[in-house]
Amino acid sequence: MPEAAAVPLDDPRPPRKLYRSSDGRWLGGVARGLAGHLGLPVIWVRLVFVGLFMADGLGALLYAAFWFFVPLGVGGVDSGRTPAFTTETAPDGRRRLVARKPDRGQMVALILMVVVAMVFVGNVNLGGGARAYLWPTVLVGAGVALVWRQADNARRARWVEVGRRRRTLTLLRSAAGVLLVTAGVSGIFVLQGSAAHLGSVLQAALAVLVGTALLAGPYLVRMTQDLSEERLMRIRAQERAEVAAHVHDSVLHTLTLIQRNAENANEVRRLARAQERDLRAWLYKPEGTGKDEADEPTTLAEAVRRNAAEVEDKHGVPIEVVVVGDCPLDEGLTAQMQAAREAMVNAAKYGGEGGAVQVYAEVEGRTVFVSVRDRGPGFDLDGIPADRMGVRESIIGRMERNGGTARLRAVPDGGTEVELEMERAEKTS
Amino acid sequence: MSDVNGPTGQTPASNGPEDAAAGTAGAESAPGPTTEPVAGAGAASAGGGRRVRVVLVDDHRMFRTGVQAEIGETERTGVEVVGEAADVDQAVTVITATRPEVVLLDVHLPGGGGVEVLRRCAPLMADARQPVRFLALSVSDAAEDVIGVIRGGARGYVTKTITGTDLVDSVFRVQDGDAVFSPRLAGFVLDAFASTDAPPVDEDLDRLTQREREVLRLIARGYAYKEIAKQLFISVKTVESHVSAVLRKLQLSNRHELTRWATARRLV
Repeated sequence: MPEAAAVPLDDPRPPRKLYRSSDGRWLGGVARGLAGHLGLPVIWVRLVFVGLFMADGLGALLYAAFWFFVPLGVGGVDSGRTPAFTTETAPDGRRRLVARKPDRGQMVALILMVVVAMVFVGNVNLGGGARAYLWPTVLVGAGVALVWRQADNARRARWVEVGRRRRTLTLLRSAAGVLLVTAGVSGIFVLQGSAAHLGSVLQAALAVLVGTALLAGPYLVRMTQDLSEERLMRIRAQERAEVAAHVHDSVLHTLTLIQRNAENANEVRRLARAQERDLRAWLYKPEGTGKDEADEPTTLAEAVRRNAAEVEDKHGVPIEVVVVGDCPLDEGLTAQMQAAREAMVNAAKYGGEGGAVQVYAEVEGRTVFVSVRDRGPGFDLDGIPADRMGVRESIIGRMERNGGTARLRAVPDGGTEVELEMERAEKTS
Repeated sequence: MSDVNGPTGQTPASNGPEDAAAGTAGAESAPGPTTEPVAGAGAASAGGGRRVRVVLVDDHRMFRTGVQAEIGETERTGVEVVGEAADVDQAVTVITATRPEVVLLDVHLPGGGGVEVLRRCAPLMADARQPVRFLALSVSDAAEDVIGVIRGGARGYVTKTITGTDLVDSVFRVQDGDAVFSPRLAGFVLDAFASTDAPPVDEDLDRLTQREREVLRLIARGYAYKEIAKQLFISVKTVESHVSAVLRKLQLSNRHELTRWATARRLV
């Protein structure tokens, strides 16, 4: 059964594949993984293991075998995919939790193991001679468990953003494990009555170890290098695939639409602009993926761009956006964004034939400044016709109600410029 | 930067030279020279007898053809396209052979990008008698790309959406040794030189003066040089010298984190 789980990692996940759980595990995650696989409560599985442990330590053997052969999985995520960017990246708070939890779990597990071992020692009747070997064996077991556990952690840290633990801690734990194993093995030697030879035996063992390291070291190093390189390539390939998929879907679609609307110059322009924007957002966003259209913008730069994009789409006039600095949105700024949007709509409607509308937003200290300028015919502010009362209300009025200022002015060389200024709210964090 | 004519929707001639071919192969679409007033900053009025020799470096043939069609009619624009190149090696060869006054340089190029061309043409740029000047032309929105080519020695940066008229105007301005900043570049520079806690290494180079900042802001707001001059009650020449000063700072500043600062949006 354990062998069945040892399939190559790149397999597409067959149904009901057994994994060890990396979340909420005490030792190796075997019990939890099994419980998940069998659909039983974890505690039952654990009890069964403990019970089996009483049976001449069979439980320990079984557990060890499972631990060794069954691959670690992230809460049922297919480990073959090695998701470098899992969607469930833990937020900071959880990350800390994740990093601390195994430690606590391990303490519990260790205590439990000691207790169980005591019971075991008390109950199990081994041959008088063998009895003495028990402690060294337990030591060896504990050491092996420590080291394996560490290996699990190292493996898991690749997929889940576990808070980077200090290397020293990792080394310490591994070293402690090795030390325990060594102590246990030495203990066995001592018990065998070859205490006199212990020194020379250790020396010989050390010599063998060093020799092995010398022989196998280069291979090991090369292997790890190859592995990490291969992982990098895989991540790259995945990114490429993502780009390809994105381009494939949206760009081809747009190109089709453009061909279909070839007679309608405005529509073609609008389509091309929208596609260009989409692609740019996708290419130049720091995280490399376009934001979901659905979620509300939370920062000023995002809000300005979003508004400009929507107005551009609606009115078919290109809007060039330049943003300097950025800050989170608050109530006043949200009002400013609405006013800015209104200004963009006006600029597109009445000044669009003069070319692109230029939007500039800047965060400087506590002040947020937005200007919207068009190169249209401009208009006389004193003689605003009745149908443009919207300007007074939705731009000037809105800004002033929220404690900001709005200025409209005719630019000497044609066009209109709307300047909006708003003080940011004090930080509430 | 100003735009009065609207986008000139010329269809690019499809018989553009395939590779680095000297001479103009632009299709003569308009027989009579259409005398249209150039609404640039007024620094150079095209067609006023001025000539400029230009090399186009871009890996997209369609784009080269389009630019050629828009600005390459020497009779009308005064721009003479003396060569084209599609990658870094070709570009260096063509530029060295033709010694143009201005090179229109794409940021993304096979073989190392525009920065590599700039690096290998550094001696030509520094030539006192007849320097080759570079104007970066790109579709890129990445601050590190844009600021990278400027730091590499380009005299300006414009986006490919620029109209033919404005492009001609920018070319002449670069020929004069002035700097050409698109609104986007101005925004990046303002971001890069934003007040940070890091102490400046060199007070002269790592800070923008109040005036320079004002000029950049107006460029970012879409003002043409002439309009900036009006707005700030200074001459167009002064505006140009401010912009050139900013360019110099951008190229020489020791703030090696410049691009990084520009890239990471400052969340105040």
